Amino acid sequence: MLSMHRRIALGLTAAGVATALLAGCSSSGSTSSAGASTQATASGPVKLTYWAWAPGLDQVVAIWNKSHPNIQVTVEKQASGDDLLTKVITAAKAGGAPDLVQAEYQALPTLVSNNVLADISKQDGSASGKFAAGIWKQVTLGSNAVYAIPQDSGPLMFFYRKDLFAKYGLTVPTTWDQFAADAAKLHAADPKKSLTTFSSNDAGLFAGLAQQAGASWWTTSGDTWKVAINDAATQKVASFWGNLVKNGTIDNQPMYTPAWSKALADGSQLAWVSAVWAPGVLSSSAPATKGKWAMAPLPQWSAGENVTGSWGGSSTAVTNNSKHQDAAAQFALWLNTDPTAVAALVKDSYVYPAASDAQTGGALATAPDFFSNQPDFYTSAAKIAATTAPAAWGPNVNVAYSAFKDAFGKAAQNKSDFVAALNTMNQATLADMQKQGFKVAG
Amino acid sequence: MATAAPPPRRRTFRLAPYGFLAPAIVLFSLMFALPIGYAGYLSFRKIHIQGLGLGPGSRSEGWAGLSNYASALSDPELLNGTARVLVYGAMLVPVMLGLALLFALLLDADKVRLRAFSRIAIFLPYAIPGVVASLLWGFLYLPTTSPGYFLLGKLGMSGPQLLSGHGMYVALANIAVWGGTGFNMVVIYTSLRSIPAEVYEAARLDGASELQIALRIKIPMVLPSLVLTFFFSLIATLQVFSEPTTLAPLTNGISSTWSPLMKVYRDAFVRGDIYSASATSVVIAAVTLVISFGFLKLVGSRAYGEQQ
Repeated sequence: MLSMHRRIALGLTAAGVATALLAGCSSSGSTSSAGASTQATASGPVKLTYWAWAPGLDQVVAIWNKSHPNIQVTVEKQASGDDLLTKVITAAKAGGAPDLVQAEYQALPTLVSNNVLADISKQDGSASGKFAAGIWKQVTLGSNAVYAIPQDSGPLMFFYRKDLFAKYGLTVPTTWDQFAADAAKLHAADPKKSLTTFSSNDAGLFAGLAQQAGASWWTTSGDTWKVAINDAATQKVASFWGNLVKNGTIDNQPMYTPAWSKALADGSQLAWVSAVWAPGVLSSSAPATKGKWAMAPLPQWSAGENVTGSWGGSSTAVTNNSKHQDAAAQFALWLNTDPTAVAALVKDSYVYPAASDAQTGGALATAPDFFSNQPDFYTSAAKIAATTAPAAWGPNVNVAYSAFKDAFGKAAQNKSDFVAALNTMNQATLADMQKQGFKVAG
Repeated sequence: MATAAPPPRRRTFRLAPYGFLAPAIVLFSLMFALPIGYAGYLSFRKIHIQGLGLGPGSRSEGWAGLSNYASALSDPELLNGTARVLVYGAMLVPVMLGLALLFALLLDADKVRLRAFSRIAIFLPYAIPGVVASLLWGFLYLPTTSPGYFLLGKLGMSGPQLLSGHGMYVALANIAVWGGTGFNMVVIYTSLRSIPAEVYEAARLDGASELQIALRIKIPMVLPSLVLTFFFSLIATLQVFSEPTTLAPLTNGISSTWSPLMKVYRDAFVRGDIYSASATSVVIAAVTLVISFGFLKLVGSRAYGEQQ
C-alpha cells in the first residue's frame, strides 16, 4: 500500500495538472526561430522563418531560395489557422515570432491588435493595384498601413450533384427562395435525402453567407468599435437556415465528419454551399463521385442580384519581431504577385490566388480534375470572385467564432430559434470586447 | 589524527542527502512549482486596451485584482460544466469499478481457464490512447457509419441517438469504462493475489462457499485498493478532457465548455485569454484538492486504520 504522504503527493500532482498544463503552454512560445533571424550577419545570407500551414508551400519557397541566395526562407509547418493564431501571439509576446506568418484575413485585426504584425506600407510597392479592392481593404484594415499581402481567397459558390438534380427534377437555384423550394421538393420526394446540411462547426461559412447578405459585423467610428453580428442582414440569413432545419428539409449535422463524407459519397446530400477550394475537399471526401458535380454561382437574396461572400482565404504577413522586415516584405510580395510564384502556389499548394491577374489563364486555364466535366470552372470562378462583397472583421473574431459553434450547435440540435442563437453570439462577442477594455457600442 | 577526522566526515554526511535530493528538487521547482506559481501570477493580471486597440502600444498588461476570479466564479458555464462532469462521473465510476471488481474476483476464482489471456484482453483497451479510443467509438456512434446501426437497421430497428441529448453521457461514459476497467481490474486483482491462502483455507474449513468468501473476505480485504481506484477515478472524472474534445467535432451536442478543463482550453487557446484561463485553472485545482482531501479524510481512517 502507498504511504499516506505518497497518496497526498499523487493528489497534489493530479490537482496541479490543470495549472501546470496551462502555465507550461503559455510560456513555451519562444522557439529557435528568433535565433535564426538574429544569426544573420552582414556577410552571410539573411535567414527568414515562415510559419504557414498551406500544403506544398516549401516547394514554392524552394524556387525563391534558388533565385535569391542572399535571402533564404525556411517554412516551419503549422497545424492550422486557428492553432497558429494563439501560437504566434504568444511567440510574439516572448519576442520569438517568426519573420513571416500565414494569416487568415479574419485573424488580421486580432494580430494587429496584439501588435504582432509590422506595417509594410513602405515596402509594398504598388501591390494594391494587383488585388480586388475588397480583398486589399482586409489587409489594410481600412487604414493607411499595410499589414499583409493577400495570398488566396475563397469566394462562395454552389456545388451540386448534376445527375441527382436531374433525377429529382430540381432546378439549380438562383435565389435562396428557390434553394428552399428545392430542399422541400427533395425532402418530399425522398425523406432520407437532404439538399445539404446546416453545420455549426465552421463559422467561416456562416460569416461568408452573412457577408453576401450585406452584414458588417464589426465597424469603427473614431476610437469606438461597433459590434453588429445580429444586424438585420445576418438575422435574415440565420432565420432562413433556422427554418430549413426546423422544417427538417435539410440536415442539422456538422460537416467534416465521417457521416458527412458518407452522405456526400452516397448521394444522401445533393449539394454543398462552399468556396472555390471545394473540389479538393470533395475529391478526398467523396472520390467516387468525380465528374458528377457541377458548380454554379451562389443563390441570391433577390433575383437579378450578383453578390457572393467568402469563406477562408489567407495572407502573408511580416512580424514586428523580424529583424529583416525589408527582406521579409520583399519575399511576401514575390510569393503572392510574381507569376512564377503564383503559378507554383496554384499547382503545389492548391490555392485560389488572390492576385487578380492570376485568376485566369496559366495554371488556372484548365478545370480541377474533379470537375473535368465543367471545363470553364475557373473562368466562372473568376467572374464570381469579382462579385465578392466587402468583409468587416474585428479584433475578436476567434471569440465570435467559438460562440457561433456553441450557440448554433445547440440551436441546430434542438431545431430551435436561430435568431436567439445569433443574439447569444453577438452578446458573447460584445461582452468579450468590453471585458478586454475596448471602447465598444452594441 | 584520530580526533581530527570526525568533524569533516560528519559534515559531508550532512550534505550528501541534499546532493541526492537536488535533482528532484530542481526539477520539481522548475517543471512544477514555477509554472504553477506563474499561472497563479497570470490569474491576477489582465490586458488594458487603449482606443481601437490596433496601433502599437495600444495593449498593455496590468494588474486585475480579483476580477478574473470573479468572472470565473460567476460564469454559469463553469458550474454547468462541473454539473455535466458529475453526472458523467456518477454513471462512469460505479459501472467501471463494479466491472473491475467483478472481473478481478472472477479471475481470482479457483477454476479459471485462460486466466492470463483474459487478464490481458480486459487490460488491453487501457493501452489505447484516449483520443484514439474516442475516434474509434465516434465512428461506432455515428448512425450512418456504424456497423451496429447497420445491423439494427437490417432487423428493422433504429438504434439510440448516442451523440445528442442524454445519450451523450452514455456515449462518453462508455468510452471511459471501456478504457479504464482493465487498469482498475489489475490494481484490484494484484491486491487479491496478495491475500494469504491460509485465510481462504480457514474460511473453507468453516464451511464458507466461494460466494461467501468473495463477499465476506475478499472484498473487505481489498477495500484499500477500491478506495485508491475510486480516488483516481474521481480525479480523472473531474479532469475529463480528451474524450469530449475528440467527439465534439462529430456532433452538435458537445459545446466548447462541456467540461471545466475544456473551458480552460477554450479561454486560453481559442479566445487567447490566458489570464481568465489561469484563474479558472486555479479554481479547478483548488476544488479538486478539497474534494480529494475530503474524500481521503472521510474514508482514510476506515480503510487504512488497521494497517497503519
